Amino acid sequence: MGAETVLQVEHLKKKIGAKWIVKDVSFEVRAGEIFGFLGPNGAGKTTTIRMLVDLIRPTEGSVRVCGFDVNREPERALAFVGSIVENPEVYSYLTGFENLEQFARMMPGVDRKRIVEVSEMVGLQERIHDKVKTYSLGMRQRLGIAQALLGRPKLLILDEPTNGLDPKGIKELRQFIRGLAEEGLGVLVSSHLLSEIQLLCDRVAIISRGSVLAVGKVSELIRESAGYVIWELSPKAEGRALLEASGIQVIERAEEVLDDAVLAGMSANSVVAQMPGEDVPELLSSLVAAGVKVSAVHKINPTLEQLFLEMTGGETIE
Amino acid sequence: MNKSLMISLIQNEMIKMIQKKRFYVVLLVLLVLVPIFAYAQMKQAEDKIEKYGSDWRREVQQAITDNQNSLGSDRVPEEWKKYRQIYIQQLKYYLEHDVNPAQPGGVSFTREFLDNASSLFIPLLIMGIGSDIVSSERTSGTIKVLLTRPVRRWKILLSKLITLMMFVSLIVLSTFVICYLISGLFFGYRGFDAPVFTGFQLSGSDVDVSAVHAVPQWKYLFMQAGLVWFVGVTVAVLAFMVSVLVRSTAASIVIMMASLIAGSILSNMASSWASAKYLFMVNLGLTNYLAGTPAPIEGMTLGFSLAVLGLWAAASLVVSFLVFTKQDILH
Repeated sequence: MGAETVLQVEHLKKKIGAKWIVKDVSFEVRAGEIFGFLGPNGAGKTTTIRMLVDLIRPTEGSVRVCGFDVNREPERALAFVGSIVENPEVYSYLTGFENLEQFARMMPGVDRKRIVEVSEMVGLQERIHDKVKTYSLGMRQRLGIAQALLGRPKLLILDEPTNGLDPKGIKELRQFIRGLAEEGLGVLVSSHLLSEIQLLCDRVAIISRGSVLAVGKVSELIRESAGYVIWELSPKAEGRALLEASGIQVIERAEEVLDDAVLAGMSANSVVAQMPGEDVPELLSSLVAAGVKVSAVHKINPTLEQLFLEMTGGETIE
Repeated sequence: MNKSLMISLIQNEMIKMIQKKRFYVVLLVLLVLVPIFAYAQMKQAEDKIEKYGSDWRREVQQAITDNQNSLGSDRVPEEWKKYRQIYIQQLKYYLEHDVNPAQPGGVSFTREFLDNASSLFIPLLIMGIGSDIVSSERTSGTIKVLLTRPVRRWKILLSKLITLMMFVSLIVLSTFVICYLISGLFFGYRGFDAPVFTGFQLSGSDVDVSAVHAVPQWKYLFMQAGLVWFVGVTVAVLAFMVSVLVRSTAASIVIMMASLIAGSILSNMASSWASAKYLFMVNLGLTNYLAGTPAPIEGMTLGFSLAVLGLWAAASLVVSFLVFTKQDILH
């Protein structure tokens, strides 16, 4: 916890036209941690990220990178930031190396040696002297990351980095990002795919409709989230009445709180109960004693996605 | 890479401009079109020699007579009659001083070509480069990478502007050089010392010749180059502004092209709408003031046109920098 704060966002707001796109966003990213910025498309993620790198001027609030205000002192603040905003955009009529040279000329202290170094880091050394228009999407992504790392940043911002990558690519990217964080880089990763981020991030902020709903460690957030148990009972009505009589809340609209994958496996006799897992054995024996047949009991491990569904009341993720 | 930041930024822009190959397209256009014009001119010259023999005086005399005859006709608009009267007086001046107004040669061709090219052809070439310089970064999304560097936005825009000015100069220079080199193949490379008259003062249909003086053609070319460059800079700065304001390169090219062509149409209408003279597009024919060709609208002088163009350029620069440094990059 003693790590240096590399990014501090305070009460960030943005109004475009008459609409508040970002209502009140505050969080911080520390050195050496991977911070997930999660929310559905249209929640204000991209607008927030653009405010972090001075592409959009906030209506209110402040963004500080290593203590420097991005709006007031962009020359100092942005020297600590490497970013890919949305797609890894580079000049397709130049070679990978020429692209990196372009960006190197705009930053102090980046020489040819560093260009070679970052292109090796992302594994592009073989193709670095080819024109970018001959690159695959994955290679462009690597070039984008090379570009972001060029200036030896303290904060790396990756906006939807897994877009367009295959599962293998995503796995490689995860390992790569982990490695960077271990070297002390603070990494901010935004995504609308919560399951992907859960495996990667130390802490997350969940954003919906322009406001932050929760910030914290993934493990802590999930612990706060209610557990669910799916009972397969027959006769269903009798079993359900018994559960309710024991003071357990039965969920009517399971689709609002559970993943699609779980929903698909449910039978007609399923009853979804919101309850801690430790109560299962006791209930099981009382159900059996009452003559209700229990054909299956599933304990659902809470996920970020489920937590998100709970907080937003079934707002769609995509 | 410890050079000054601005030099590095300009170097970046130069590399992008060259690698995008727009400038080669401009050179290619010149290399294709100039020989066509030169060939047409040569055909015309051959025609005249057939008609009038090798004596240019007969040709000029004939032109004077033709124009004088048309003055009597009711079918010629008053406006045109005025122009023709001016033309006649100028031809007479050339005749009296025993100077051929259309001495064939590579240098004369270059001079005439640039007179004709300065208000539309060269602006179009320059616009092709200027309209693209900011909007292409937006179209490709690279603006995001460019503006997230630890560099102030105005510095980035300034480096683009300086690069554009360098290319404007290069285009004007290459137009002169290509014209001279190619037309020389047709007409010979001589004629630098041939005299050209300049300084005709026009008032209505009268020509005041008191200030007229002969300058050697090479000097005339330099004066022309200066004026064409000024036109080029103005058009470039306007295209630059459009390029900042409009996100798509295609849209910004269309906007500039439409206004340039509108200018040439308006000039030809020899407008009785006097306030049109404050539009930049009708002021692009700066070299006409040198040659003594009447301005499209009453009351326009070289000084006036320079001032109008200068004001438009200054305003465009202010708008470009204000918008570029303040604007939110939303897409």
